[in-house]
Amino acid sequence: MENTTTVVIGAGHAGLAASHFLTARGLDHVVLERGEVANSWRTERWDSLRLLTPNWQSRLPGHHYGGQDPDGYMTMGEVVEFIDRFAARTRAPVRTGTTVTSLRRTDDGYHVTTDRGELACRTVVIASGACNLPAVPKLAGAVPGTVEQLTPFDYRGPEALPDGGVLVVGASATGVQLAAELHRSGRPVTLSTGEHVRMPRTYRARDVLWWMDAAGVWDQRYDELPDLTRARRLGSPQLAGTPDRTSLDINALTDMGVELVGRAATVRDGEVLFSGGLRNVVALADLKMDRLLNTFDEWAVVSGIDGDVKPPERFEATRVPERTRLRLDLRGGEIRTIVWATGFRPDYTWLDVPVVDGKGHLNHDGGVLDSPGLYALGLPVLRRRRSTFIHGIEDDARDVVDHLSGYLAAGR
Amino acid sequence: MTTIDSIDNGVNVQALLDAREALKASPEAAQFTWRSTTRWENGVHTTSTVKDFAGLGAEQTHKAEATFTADHPEVFAAEDHGITPIEYLLVGLGSCLTAGVASVAQNRGIQLRSVEATIEGAHDIRGILGADSDVRNGYNGIKVTFAIDADASKEDIEALVAQSQKRSAVFDALTNPTDVTVEVS
Repeated sequence: MENTTTVVIGAGHAGLAASHFLTARGLDHVVLERGEVANSWRTERWDSLRLLTPNWQSRLPGHHYGGQDPDGYMTMGEVVEFIDRFAARTRAPVRTGTTVTSLRRTDDGYHVTTDRGELACRTVVIASGACNLPAVPKLAGAVPGTVEQLTPFDYRGPEALPDGGVLVVGASATGVQLAAELHRSGRPVTLSTGEHVRMPRTYRARDVLWWMDAAGVWDQRYDELPDLTRARRLGSPQLAGTPDRTSLDINALTDMGVELVGRAATVRDGEVLFSGGLRNVVALADLKMDRLLNTFDEWAVVSGIDGDVKPPERFEATRVPERTRLRLDLRGGEIRTIVWATGFRPDYTWLDVPVVDGKGHLNHDGGVLDSPGLYALGLPVLRRRRSTFIHGIEDDARDVVDHLSGYLAAGR
Repeated sequence: MTTIDSIDNGVNVQALLDAREALKASPEAAQFTWRSTTRWENGVHTTSTVKDFAGLGAEQTHKAEATFTADHPEVFAAEDHGITPIEYLLVGLGSCLTAGVASVAQNRGIQLRSVEATIEGAHDIRGILGADSDVRNGYNGIKVTFAIDADASKEDIEALVAQSQKRSAVFDALTNPTDVTVEVS
């Protein structure tokens, strides 16, 4: 059987960054990839999607955006090209078209089974992504068969949907973006929203993610957060990487003509029932946004840049109609399609090491799993808030490979 | 200047935080059953009693049995021995949200001086009378207004009220559908 020191599972930005640091330390390894480099970005994204982070923030170890539009947002094609170039530049030992079907612990390391053979190794870095499968709530099972149901994995653009009304469930980044696009396609859109994270695209004339970076919010360490579980499960903020840099919050969608309803609670007798608690989820999001903006303003004063940026601003409270619908008949023909923008989850069905919790997430301490020599990278808030984003991987991969290397050295 | 240690809203937040941690490991102990028994008196007058409940893996008992009288007002051609059942929902919501405000305030180090919630439920009684089948039986809407005097900014007080709703059992029970089974023994 083939032997190597380290197997990296996944050749996205995380696996390739791990490979970069493994190479720098002279550690023999392979990167196994089920499809091609940056596979999820190639095959599991809708056509109009752009990164939420501005181009200048797209950074991998030794690899930066070099184009003419630092404040713009990469299309999926550009993301794939960016990661492809990184893979080529680092000469990562990637084996494409190789799907891991099982990972088992052995006496001296791990046994990796793939659809193209088996490997033995001392250490493993799981970099298979956080969004392998759409998370769809159980109530989807009770939706009448006459209504078409889609997840973001099935969605490429509005043209494939039947004409007529669309219910978009979920108001994180995916939900608000698809609601806007479907509305612009001429389909009446109803948006069902539970808890969400509201953010303006720009604040004091700077990208809101510039503030997150500059004010140090993204530097917060995972072991210093008051509620790490919540931070790791939080939905993406209501942002879109559109060239006009406009905000895509609920008020923007209301102005377009999207109808707002509460969180989808259940489907009963062909009707979907919505929570009457909409006003509070909206109030929570407004309050949290204001707290975040206060953090930015305080940092601006303390850091002495207050005079260099535009004055502080506050945004209109989210408008909720006097009456929102609490029920919607799915048999009447008004809604032809439901889009479940209800989040994603990782897939660890191939992982035969007991490190997955009851909710299907890895139990890990900053990427270090409770199984010697086993590591994870590329998960939300893995070691810092920044970990959720492409440019968060450099510090995480360095730290995790340091730990891995120390583990190997101690075992020699 | 008030410190977190010196503020006291009378809520043992530490016990609640400890319970939260303990119940993460043993979800079966977190399964509670609340009970109430209603006896018909006469007309639309009833008496309900609440004493026992189950939780933490055992039968539990309140310190004392509580009794609640319900009836309907004279404008409903009833004798008005007590409040109407739908008013009990307002009682439940107001007490739950107010308790939540006190707990969250304690946890956030905010000293409360007074809290008063005023709750109004808009009810079109043509529903229960069967006068118009398009009108629902229950509330068309409920409005809660809090007057809170505390050592905190307006934003912090709004955040208290928002967090209280987020963690309220009765708010959830009223705003989301609940499966209800009614049988005859």
